[in-house]
Amino acid sequence: MTSKAAAGRAGRRRRRGRTSDVLGICGVVTVGLLLIMAVFAPWLAPYDPSERVGRPFQPPGREHLLGTNDVGQDLLSEMIYGSRVSLVVGIAAAAAALLIGTAVGVLAGYYPRRLGAFLMRGVDVVLILPFLPLLIVLAAYLGRSLLNTTLVIGALIWAGPARIIRSQVLSLRSREYVLAARSMGAPDRWTIFRHVVPRTALLATGSFVRAVAGAILLEASLSFLGLGDPIQKSWGSVLFWAQARGAFLTPAWKWWVLPPGLLIMAASLGFALIAFSLEERINPRL
Amino acid sequence: MTDVSVDHGKAVPLLEIEDLRVRFELPTEVVHAVGGISLEVAPSEIFALVGESGSGKSVSMLSVMGLLPSPPAAVSGSIRFEGREVSGMSGRELNRLRGREAAMVFQEPMSSLNPVHRIGRQIGESLRIHRGVTRSEARRRAVYLLDRVGIPAAASRVDDYPHEFSGGMRQRAMIAMALACDPKLLIADEPTTALDVTVQAQIIDLVRELQAEYRLAVVWITHDLGVVAEIADRVAVMYAGRILETGPASEIYGATRHPYTSGLLRSIPRLDRQVTSRLAEIPGAPLKVSQELRGCPFHQRCPLGQDDCGDALPELEAAGAPAHRSACVHRDQMGPSIELWPAGAAGEPRTYGDGRREVVVSVRRLEVHFPAVRGSARSRRRVVRAVDGVDLEIERGRTLGLVGESGCGKTTLGRALAALVRPVSGSIQITGRPIDYRSGRRRVVQMIFQDPFSAMNPGMRVGDIIGEPLRIHRLASKPRIQERVLDLLEQVGLPPGAHGRYPHEFSGGQRQRIAVARALAADPEVVVCDEPVSSLDVSVQAQVVNLLADLQAGNGMALLFIAHDLAVVRHISHEVAVMYLGEIVERAGRDRLYGSPLHPYTKALLEAVPAPSPAVGPDRNRIRLTGDLPSPADPPPGCRFHTRCPVAVEGLCSIRKPELEEVRPGHWVSCHLVSR
Repeated sequence: MTSKAAAGRAGRRRRRGRTSDVLGICGVVTVGLLLIMAVFAPWLAPYDPSERVGRPFQPPGREHLLGTNDVGQDLLSEMIYGSRVSLVVGIAAAAAALLIGTAVGVLAGYYPRRLGAFLMRGVDVVLILPFLPLLIVLAAYLGRSLLNTTLVIGALIWAGPARIIRSQVLSLRSREYVLAARSMGAPDRWTIFRHVVPRTALLATGSFVRAVAGAILLEASLSFLGLGDPIQKSWGSVLFWAQARGAFLTPAWKWWVLPPGLLIMAASLGFALIAFSLEERINPRL
Repeated sequence: MTDVSVDHGKAVPLLEIEDLRVRFELPTEVVHAVGGISLEVAPSEIFALVGESGSGKSVSMLSVMGLLPSPPAAVSGSIRFEGREVSGMSGRELNRLRGREAAMVFQEPMSSLNPVHRIGRQIGESLRIHRGVTRSEARRRAVYLLDRVGIPAAASRVDDYPHEFSGGMRQRAMIAMALACDPKLLIADEPTTALDVTVQAQIIDLVRELQAEYRLAVVWITHDLGVVAEIADRVAVMYAGRILETGPASEIYGATRHPYTSGLLRSIPRLDRQVTSRLAEIPGAPLKVSQELRGCPFHQRCPLGQDDCGDALPELEAAGAPAHRSACVHRDQMGPSIELWPAGAAGEPRTYGDGRREVVVSVRRLEVHFPAVRGSARSRRRVVRAVDGVDLEIERGRTLGLVGESGCGKTTLGRALAALVRPVSGSIQITGRPIDYRSGRRRVVQMIFQDPFSAMNPGMRVGDIIGEPLRIHRLASKPRIQERVLDLLEQVGLPPGAHGRYPHEFSGGQRQRIAVARALAADPEVVVCDEPVSSLDVSVQAQVVNLLADLQAGNGMALLFIAHDLAVVRHISHEVAVMYLGEIVERAGRDRLYGSPLHPYTKALLEAVPAPSPAVGPDRNRIRLTGDLPSPADPPPGCRFHTRCPVAVEGLCSIRKPELEEVRPGHWVSCHLVSR
């Protein structure tokens, strides 16, 4: 009986697997290229992005492939170095979100009655809050630094992962092996860390990657509004300066606005695709 | 219509299967589920297909109905229904066959019924499909059928949803559905396995009755030899996708000519035999066939097995009586005088120590309630009294068997002992000390679950699983844990190599051994065994029962053995308690309780157990319990059993609640009609 069911499942997974695998590979390649760009920025960038290396407002040419900005910094180099900031903030913020989300999700799922109800109302509040205004207020209040940006984003996007993980924990806690561990006399701490948390790891991976995609977008929005770290430029802050210097209205948008926009999209889409294909693999096993 | 003459049933078989083979081609492996079987079913006979899980019994019948998914199933061979070849039929012809001429009943009635459609509509469905009758006609017929299968007040229940029916009623409804178009063949796939013994007995009676009335042929698929003896005319015993023996039921039970059948018959504990100190056991685990069989599939577990048994595949050949055939080259060596499967001597189960008695577990007026969440606001405050005032004691080195139908609270009682649920009142003391729920002095009670696989974290290695209690209670240092685990593996009869492997690599019986080892690791005073053998194959159950008894004789643990199988409980227990709706209705020493039960419920339970011997089977004049267990959220007033009791006295049993009283030394009964 079981062998039949397994065969049916396997067949279905294979069929559905193909598209999601292709998309997943696209995502991995995109993200991989961006990561290489971030890691090897000093070697790849033709100039130091903080130095004035040419005349201001130069259009693309042989010396500056994407031209220069209003103070004569090389835009291509800014873009390459900007990937470091964008990716680091995105990944760090997602990690912070996952940490909070897992803690809340596991507690709420394992103690679903009082503590769980209380925590999930908190989750609801965070989900309901209007994102961007709050983000702006918090970022403005805390000051403009890389760490603050990361923390603010992390503090706002943990609610989604918390919900996903809670639902998994709710099902895990009623599994018989958790009951068995309790029957051995294991304290809750033991069952949570030995039997529940490790089993949420797969699911957490999926929501982590998805959270990175979201965090990169949020970081870009914050920086575009001028709330990013003024010293370390990300793709979003490149856009902020382009906007401030009127590049959106001049022909300069082609080399000043479009490239960072495409990069933001590529990074966020890359992570989203990986998340999609991961979830496709993980979810059927729930 | 074909001219079917019943007297010469052999001449025109209803169902004829020849050299049926089914292979599953899975991505990871190939499973030969059925390896060339041939059989015939005559009109209006009851034919039983017996085998353990994975023996191919269900798969072969699913292929008769054309219900196997293909791929991955590859079916070959010939299946003829009234002379028409089934395997070559088009989808439309198959649909006509299914439901109209051959119908099927499955094990789990709740999952076979659509939960969002009314029962009556589901029964009428096949009539509307096959007969094209009108809606009102279908409904009328559904009421008739429900009434026929014994649903009380059928006309008012016809519009119920499946969840409003009890388990036994759902199975009756499934049978009504199967009978809707007057089929000639009914295939019943483990139809009573999910039911309680008392309900099982009702269903068996019903099928036998309907079979006679409708002149149905029935193929009854089961693993339970007791049920087969009750119902079957002819039997085929399957193992590893082959039929090992086939013949009239009386022959199979009385003069089997195959060592496997005889092993099965010897290893199941029975109520009609003396208790032996050990059950006969078949060594090893059922075979999973991943390539074409070359020799006898059973030879490695067989006491008659010789080297040449593995060289040629034995075919079914005549053995003894007419129509009795066995696929064993040594079939002529078998006879009533030869005991292939030695069991221990008759008598008391072995006991631990010097016979001094020491109470280990003492439960006083224990009550466990759960909030009943269903229903309106009015009923929200109601509670389910799962355990309602239970007293019991277990002594060192002894076993208390706890029996009762599902829903009687026996599992909750066991869980309360293991501190998994908190009682609302009453006390549990283990070696004189109460359970401390907060700090958890819980090493002293360990538990063994019904399904060993789901009770183990699938991502952990066996060594870590067994060592877990040691780590939880910090009972040993790291290197000592490893040593202790190897020691435990040896105690439960597993190779030391099991240590580094994962639970999914083991068979069901081996997994239960791992669970036993884990329960023993913390050196508990009491082990609560919740249905420890009921998910295991028949041939493996005896191994686990013997293992538990052996271990107990060695270390003196007390056992609370919870089971619905009265024969198994009788085998392992020193004392037995019978539970009904949260209360213990009778408690006595084993031989007293099985020999001279006093409570009518105990009597009815014992009567309902099918005996694996056709001679005793159908002719017994027994008490049948009617109906199902009432809801524990709303127990009947007075004696809780009076609604189903055959001897209840109106005006007494329905009003006054009987107390559990000691009517003889060591024999406690709670019934007004039992005099001291």
